[in-house]
Amino acid sequence: MKTYSDLEFLKLTKGQKALYKLGRFFASIPQGIAHLFVKLWELIKSCGLAIGREAKDIVSTFIHGDWKTKLSFLVMGFGCLARGQILRGLLFLLFEVVFIGYMIIAGGYWLSMLPSLGKVGPTETYNEIFDTYVTTYNDNSFKILLYSVLTIFFIIAFIYTWRVNVKQNKTAEQILRSGKKLKSGKEDLHSMVDDQFHKTLLALPLTGILIFTVMPIVFMVLVAFTNYDGAHDGYANNLFTWVGLQNFNTMLSWSSGGGAQSYAATFGEVLTWTLIWAFFATFTNYFLGMFVAMAINKKGISLKKVWRTILVLTIAIPQFISLLYVSKMFAKDGIFNGFLLNMGWIDQAIDFFGDASRPWLARVTVIIINIWIGIPYLMLITTGILMNIPADLYESARIDGANPWQQYTKITLPYMLFVTGPYLLTSFTGNMNNFNVIYLLTGGAPTNAAASSAAGSVGYTDLLITWLFKITTGAESKYYLASVVGILVFVVVALISLIVYNVLPSIKNEEDFQ
Amino acid sequence: MSEEKVLTGPVKRHMGLRASRTLANTGIYVLLVIISIIWLIPFVCILLQSFRVESTWQVGYVVPQKWGLDNYRSLFNTDFPRWYLNTFIAALVTAALQTVIVLCMSYTLSRFRFKMRKPLMRFMLILGMFPGMLTMIILYRVLKDLGMTQANALPGLILVYVASSGMGYYVSKGFFDTLPKSLDEAARVDGATRFQVLKKIILPLSKPIVIYTILTAFMGPWGDFVFARYISFGASAGKNVAVGLYDWLSQDQINKSYTMFCAGGVLVAIPVTVLFMCLQKYYVEGVTGGAVKG
Repeated sequence: MKTYSDLEFLKLTKGQKALYKLGRFFASIPQGIAHLFVKLWELIKSCGLAIGREAKDIVSTFIHGDWKTKLSFLVMGFGCLARGQILRGLLFLLFEVVFIGYMIIAGGYWLSMLPSLGKVGPTETYNEIFDTYVTTYNDNSFKILLYSVLTIFFIIAFIYTWRVNVKQNKTAEQILRSGKKLKSGKEDLHSMVDDQFHKTLLALPLTGILIFTVMPIVFMVLVAFTNYDGAHDGYANNLFTWVGLQNFNTMLSWSSGGGAQSYAATFGEVLTWTLIWAFFATFTNYFLGMFVAMAINKKGISLKKVWRTILVLTIAIPQFISLLYVSKMFAKDGIFNGFLLNMGWIDQAIDFFGDASRPWLARVTVIIINIWIGIPYLMLITTGILMNIPADLYESARIDGANPWQQYTKITLPYMLFVTGPYLLTSFTGNMNNFNVIYLLTGGAPTNAAASSAAGSVGYTDLLITWLFKITTGAESKYYLASVVGILVFVVVALISLIVYNVLPSIKNEEDFQ
Repeated sequence: MSEEKVLTGPVKRHMGLRASRTLANTGIYVLLVIISIIWLIPFVCILLQSFRVESTWQVGYVVPQKWGLDNYRSLFNTDFPRWYLNTFIAALVTAALQTVIVLCMSYTLSRFRFKMRKPLMRFMLILGMFPGMLTMIILYRVLKDLGMTQANALPGLILVYVASSGMGYYVSKGFFDTLPKSLDEAARVDGATRFQVLKKIILPLSKPIVIYTILTAFMGPWGDFVFARYISFGASAGKNVAVGLYDWLSQDQINKSYTMFCAGGVLVAIPVTVLFMCLQKYYVEGVTGGAVKG
């Protein structure tokens, strides 16, 4: 694609300019993706180099260190203890003892079971005394996988601590050699609220995230490579085991079994609707919300506070109440149909969410109801930003004879898009995962009869996220399939975010605000 | 005749402008009134139908034929008070703990410059792209082993709400970013520790964001449906209001409990709405700031 200089660009007509910009946008996509791979490669390279540097440093610490340091390689914290840093030394030593104890008692066992995820399933034996069959539960695949993940995390933590231990020996030697004194335990404690304060502050939040987000995600990603489902629950029924990439094959293959729609086709349909939904949910709300905010902000409109309060009121009321209520308003025997029938505008109640022959009726209704939900938020967000646009911009535009529409497209919109660019992206991905609105409004209905046999009872308004929920809670509880869907959701969201981040020019430097 | 002639040129154009502006404003007023009506209708309907006595199912009209408090009274013969209490406790505890965690996280990421800061933030951004619902399956199994599901779902639920709340640091980090760093530096020069800087200088300035964080943390549990439903797993004693009221609208229950749902909805909405309206100012500040920072 030809690149124009600024001067050449200004010479173009309006239409040509728009075309040019659009062309540039699409032309920059491959470049953005290429850029991405370059960055990825650089990341891997720098990781490799860093590991190399660390290894070199460890070796040189060992060679040049004194006997205290050398012994610390085996007995963590020995150097600290020998140099009088009792508190640190004890903590290191304690960690090592706990780690070794754990690995001997439990960790080793879990890791050894990881490749098979359990060998002996539950067995039934006849008990002669009570004349019943007694089930003995043996291996537990779920626990094996869970504790293996835990153990691996623990090992990583141990390696990291060991490395810190080695590094501290080196620094301690350097400090002593230069004739200074080492920090005492009291000073260490004091630094926890001073120059090491960030570690104190982050300890609790990061532990929570590690245990309740990172670990479960690692676990669920692993589940995608097993056959964990209701029938293979790893304990009471059958053990589950590794199946490799089979689940991804199932999800992404077009061949269908027994006349039912294939998973790939269902996935494609749901993904398409998810993207359409996210697009419309984001942009209808954005523009209409901005419009309402501008209407309220307009000079000469009084009672501004009243209008705003009425809209804000709808944010305050918990969403599940309004969503559930609205979904019942639009039901076949609901108020909305009753109103239309009473007015004589229709002769037959419209089945907004139940008519499988008109899936787009349900879809459009959902998008429209979502406008009702979303406008108040957008009104709030845009009001603040609109007020920040310098008034003299409009002043001079008016003097130059610009009409309101021109003022909007030339001043308001560019400014808004620039400032809220990142917000639009998060809002888009947020809408892709907007479980509440879809699930509480329609529950995914109307049911897609063709696709239903694939997994769960997937409907025409189901998003990937509600589909995932249905798979999990469905009769067969195909957790492995839910996990595959979850990973694919991640891939889609990550791709969209990356492309937008690389294409958008206006991702601002964080420090600019400070 | 002659007077009309005088009104030409700029003056007449001015009059025309004013007329068109009045017209535009009238249009906007009409629009705003329509919008207000549309936005308020569902809530007015809920309120009216919660007082309907003559029938308990969906009807095609709004204004009750017979008024009364029967629906509210019958709420107390169900598990509704229990659900309400569950939700209220969850909201209170979550508000307290989540605020501490979020503020720790956002303050650190905004104020300190340490080696792992950028990688940490990027990592959490990527982590946030995984659908959180995926973690539900394992969390349920683990909580079940710990005895914190079904009827005892409340502690488990709080744990889940609070534990990962550090990920939602964006809005308050944006706020801390706007506080001038020179404040910290001046105090540091005077010999204050980092902790003293936080306690004596930053916290007193952070009232808006603290209130915003408390407010959003408090409102979260009232609207949570997915986790509450999954963790309570059908046990009535462990439900929160969202799950309980959702079940009242299921196919086999709706004819019995539709008006009760309305009454319950009103009771849930009142405290949250009152609190929200009182603290509206802080909410607006937080939301606006958060959107600009992205």
